[in-house]
Amino acid sequence: MNFDRREFLKAGFKTILATGFSLGAFEILRPEVLAALKKEEGIRWTFLVDTTKCIGCGMCVRACKLENEIPYEVNVSRTWVERYVMTKDGRIYADSPNAARDGFIKNDPMGTMVKKEDIDKAFFVPKLCNQCENPPCVQVCPVGATYQTPDGIVLIDRKWCIGCGYCIMACPYGVRFFHPVYKVAEKCNFCYHRINKGMKPACVDACAFGARMIGNIRDLGDPVARIIKTERTAVLKEEYGTKPHVFYIGLDSIVR
Amino acid sequence: MKSHILRPLWVVLALIGITLIARAIIVPPDFGIHEKGYTYGWYRKGNEEDWKAVKIKYQTREYCKDCHAVQYKRVVSSRHAKVQCENCHSPAIDHPEKPEKLNIDRSRELCLRCHAYMPYRPVKYAELRTGTITLKMQDPDTHNPDMECMSCHSAHDASFK
Repeated sequence: MNFDRREFLKAGFKTILATGFSLGAFEILRPEVLAALKKEEGIRWTFLVDTTKCIGCGMCVRACKLENEIPYEVNVSRTWVERYVMTKDGRIYADSPNAARDGFIKNDPMGTMVKKEDIDKAFFVPKLCNQCENPPCVQVCPVGATYQTPDGIVLIDRKWCIGCGYCIMACPYGVRFFHPVYKVAEKCNFCYHRINKGMKPACVDACAFGARMIGNIRDLGDPVARIIKTERTAVLKEEYGTKPHVFYIGLDSIVR
Repeated sequence: MKSHILRPLWVVLALIGITLIARAIIVPPDFGIHEKGYTYGWYRKGNEEDWKAVKIKYQTREYCKDCHAVQYKRVVSSRHAKVQCENCHSPAIDHPEKPEKLNIDRSRELCLRCHAYMPYRPVKYAELRTGTITLKMQDPDTHNPDMECMSCHSAHDASFK
């Protein structure tokens, strides 16, 4: 084949152009980029917990259990409050007796009386379903009984759930449990019946300290969305890539 | 082809047909892939409505204020302004029809949920319109241990009787 310098350069230039162009196309079609380009409309429910305000009264847990008909005497709950006490000798006490249904009324973390002088730091952390953007609990459901609604809430279809418990195992936050009455998987859904009627979740209403807030992260005028976007907030177990939508103010590294 | 080879084939085909027909009857028409795609959005759409239809039990203070205006005004002007009526009075549900009377919790344990002293409870409480106030905490073992809180204190006024 007769191949002179001119032809060689032309072909080489075309090859570089062609590969560059196709790689560029890949860049454009990356799902994250596509998602960012796509104008997000409607509501995306987001929760904000200010742990610096929580005093561990547990009224949220009580309200949640009564509102959502979770058997009161059984030790299962859609939401709970954890107490963390770190002492000067580096020991960490973490407990949530009865999911903090009756609040914390004694300074006895894990049944040990800790003296005030021995405490380095201590605080309360309310927990609930994170309504992840990538919910691992939904992926594992073999029957399509749990799903994500367009507004970002993960729900469970009680008629379709076969009670296999895969989702309970899959949740990295341990928010799912087995409902002792309906015999299906159960979890927090931000009080889906209340938020769709313009009310706030029962736990948010029950909190007298403003430690729990709910909002729409897609609405720039929403006070919760503004705090999340402009202030220092964190999520639990970010390394799992679940993109949780419960944000925390004042989260500490000892919180698990 | 011989019939003993064909016959099981017909049986298999019939079984597949029956399964497909049964599936079409059993699976509701709204079961399928919805907004969130196959990974997260494969479900029965009607279930969203089932969850929206759950009965509301905690009606919030807005529900109480018209009939119980006196107590409502007392509470909202007190330092208990952010405490919902139903936190102590139990959920209203369809009160006054059902239940006719609410089950009021006047126990010491209920007050102690917030007012028991713990070294790590935030002392400053800044949720009120009037600004920062202190969260009043008592050691339940030394502060009149055998008495009911309500015998000296008024919950509606957040002060002494």
